[in-house]
Amino acid sequence: MTKKNQMLIDRLAEAARQGKISRRNFMHHSMAAGLTTVTATGLWTSSALSQPKSGGTLRVAQHDGNTADTHDIGVYQSNFDIGLVHTHRSFLTMINPDGSLGPDLATEWEASADAAEWTFRLNSAATFHNGNPVTANDVVASMNYHRGEASTSAAKALLAGVTDIRDNGDSVTFVLDSGNADLPWLMTDYHLAIVPANPDGTADWQSGIGSGPYRIVELDFGTGARLVRHDGWHGEGAYFDEIEMLVINDPNARQTALVTGDVDTVTLLENKTLGLLARNSDIVVENVASAQALTMPMHMDTAPFDVPEVRMALKLAINREELVEKITFGAATVGNDFHHSPAMPFWPDDIEQRQYDPDQARSLLASVGMEGLSVNFSTADSVTTGAVDAAVLYAEQAKAAGININVVREPNDGYWSDVWLVKPWCMVTWGARPTPDVMYSLAYQADAAWNESRWKNPRFNELLQQAKSELDNDLRAEMYREMAVLARDDGGTVIPYFPNFVYARRTNVSRGEHLSPAWSADGYRYASRWWFA
Amino acid sequence: MGDLLGLVLKRLGLGLVALLVVSVLIFFAVELLPGDIAQAVLGQSATEETVQALRERLGLDRPAIVRYFDWLGGAVTGDFGVSLVSGERVSEAISDRFVNTLFLAAYAAVLAVPIAIFLGILVALLRNSIFDRVANVLTLTSISSPEFFLGYVLILYLAVRASMFPAIASLSGDMTFLELLHRTFLPALTLVLVVTAHMMRMTRAAIINLLSSPYIEMARLKGMPPFKVIVRHALPNAWAPIINVVALNLAYLITGVVLVEVVFVYPGVGQLLVDAVSKRDFPIVQACCLIFAATFILLNLAADVGTILTNPRLRHPK
Repeated sequence: MTKKNQMLIDRLAEAARQGKISRRNFMHHSMAAGLTTVTATGLWTSSALSQPKSGGTLRVAQHDGNTADTHDIGVYQSNFDIGLVHTHRSFLTMINPDGSLGPDLATEWEASADAAEWTFRLNSAATFHNGNPVTANDVVASMNYHRGEASTSAAKALLAGVTDIRDNGDSVTFVLDSGNADLPWLMTDYHLAIVPANPDGTADWQSGIGSGPYRIVELDFGTGARLVRHDGWHGEGAYFDEIEMLVINDPNARQTALVTGDVDTVTLLENKTLGLLARNSDIVVENVASAQALTMPMHMDTAPFDVPEVRMALKLAINREELVEKITFGAATVGNDFHHSPAMPFWPDDIEQRQYDPDQARSLLASVGMEGLSVNFSTADSVTTGAVDAAVLYAEQAKAAGININVVREPNDGYWSDVWLVKPWCMVTWGARPTPDVMYSLAYQADAAWNESRWKNPRFNELLQQAKSELDNDLRAEMYREMAVLARDDGGTVIPYFPNFVYARRTNVSRGEHLSPAWSADGYRYASRWWFA
Repeated sequence: MGDLLGLVLKRLGLGLVALLVVSVLIFFAVELLPGDIAQAVLGQSATEETVQALRERLGLDRPAIVRYFDWLGGAVTGDFGVSLVSGERVSEAISDRFVNTLFLAAYAAVLAVPIAIFLGILVALLRNSIFDRVANVLTLTSISSPEFFLGYVLILYLAVRASMFPAIASLSGDMTFLELLHRTFLPALTLVLVVTAHMMRMTRAAIINLLSSPYIEMARLKGMPPFKVIVRHALPNAWAPIINVVALNLAYLITGVVLVEVVFVYPGVGQLLVDAVSKRDFPIVQACCLIFAATFILLNLAADVGTILTNPRLRHPK
């Protein structure tokens, strides 16, 4: 082996040890340097997958924390809440690092043939932080908190199809009004954490007692929290002795804290400085494709968006690659006008990517006599970082097609009540949803309250219902493919890109081979999955 | 001195009236903001149904005027209610953070006031020298830069490059006092830089103003050294404007430090107020604003008392 190759392999091993390189890239480069597959695999195992070891206090800089945060599982909203709940509470199921569905409190689950009855068998080893076992009674109380007339829970709509929840002692049965093959996926929603039941059958969220890998010792909403390992945790992992979550809302302060070593990991980076941070040899930047989305829904019952050619022209008049490059600095995945990201299950990878084609957009408009179309497009700074810039850039791109997009800058306050669902065309961001069914049912189903484009396609809705109760995964994948094509070509939503989760850790923190696409920081399960090298 | 006591009591009474007016203004200002707490709490995931349910639970379906007097009734008996969002008692939600804010303000004031007054005397003494010019340019530059910018510059040089101080000033319960001073040094220094110029220039102007008076000329003619002339003869007559500027700056240290809190991740009351406004959490907003208003009233009162005490003519009116 030449000296140059040896140096290359040493560098690769170092990169692998620090988690800076994926397994695929590692194998690729090792073989280019003359290693056999077997040797390369061996080297990867010995250097990269340094065995997890226990100990240490992980200090995390968490973005988006407010003094108004709460233990109330029904109104969780901030990233601090979501980060905390995955650390101190448990769910029935969880999304694995590789994106598949795995067990949490439930060890296994099965459905009736029509998918209208689901039974989750509970892990008998699971305990709350006060020592009590997690029982079916607790699960029923937690779920019922989101249901019923008086519930103010944000997850009320998610469980609307559940008609009854039965306590079978060591398992729980959900009875639905119609089949839903996705129910086990829904159980990963951050509102559906399991809390202890009060003696009267209500849910005790106030005490902050959970059954997750870490137990809260100190907590001050808006400032931070300190947690220690819960020794009776039913899962695998939880290598750190303690977790210190620190709310740092200012992006500059977060990055500085990471650079100076005041914290070990940060949950969100500013895209602008990604390139600079990546040059720091003490820091590993993670850039993970997600199921979050930036959408631009048009009201399809309002002129001019009721004309299919207009919708298509607007979809053709956007240069998605340029938006990804200039607005997100490369930290996003290009969209294709259907709300189904590569980070979700059943993603159809064989649908042709729509390209920027101003000439075709122009001729489409000419064919319906609407050359020189002029439309208002509402956005606001608070929608997402660079929201207004993105809209202005889109307007520039559309000029090449003779379309005049008039960017209306709306006030940040009250955007979700006064603009979204009200103005005929606006910019929206969506958090990650676990499955295409959840996303489509929420915002694309004909009678959904949040059908933001007022799209009513009979075939799409028929497929949506069929796919919902279909337990055969191959058939479902086919249905979601057809629905994607319908949304892409007939729907009223322009989807420029899916923003990535961008976060970082110092090189003394190691992680497993994959990072969960569910949330930032390994699906916010960093506490139980990462360790100090 | 009896007059002084009477003045203090009268001013305190007027202060209470001012607080009442402030509370009315704040309440209706929050009412005027678009959207309400139910929409703010539920955000994008709000549905008509859940918003309605939350409004009913929080009693927001009652008319504004009823809710105001409800709150006022509690407030006069010392009960500021509970946070609409977290359900925590307002006094509990605010107390820790207010102590932090007071600590940082005191830390900055202890550094800034002596430095500013001493520098002010020095530049008055050496007026129009190079030292005077440099001191003026430096302090004016620091007061003209936004606080967050000063904060970032200090972080860059003293935390990232030199690693002398931590970049974030987060507090934990088991710190010793020295650790606390070390950890909060950068935010305190930022505030010092922001407030020094104002106080220093007022000291300088007030003293220079007096230097042309006949009695100063007399002191100089009898051969007194310049430093002594200023400290013994000019300064005692210059206290009144200086005290007023110091009081204004102290009030600023308590009420105007949100940006510094954000940059240094310091858990003070400013961030709490900003969060509360964005969530329309009226009881917290009201309590924070009243504390700020009371700070201004009390510090202004203290400034007036100080002015009277340092001026024999006011102390013994004919």
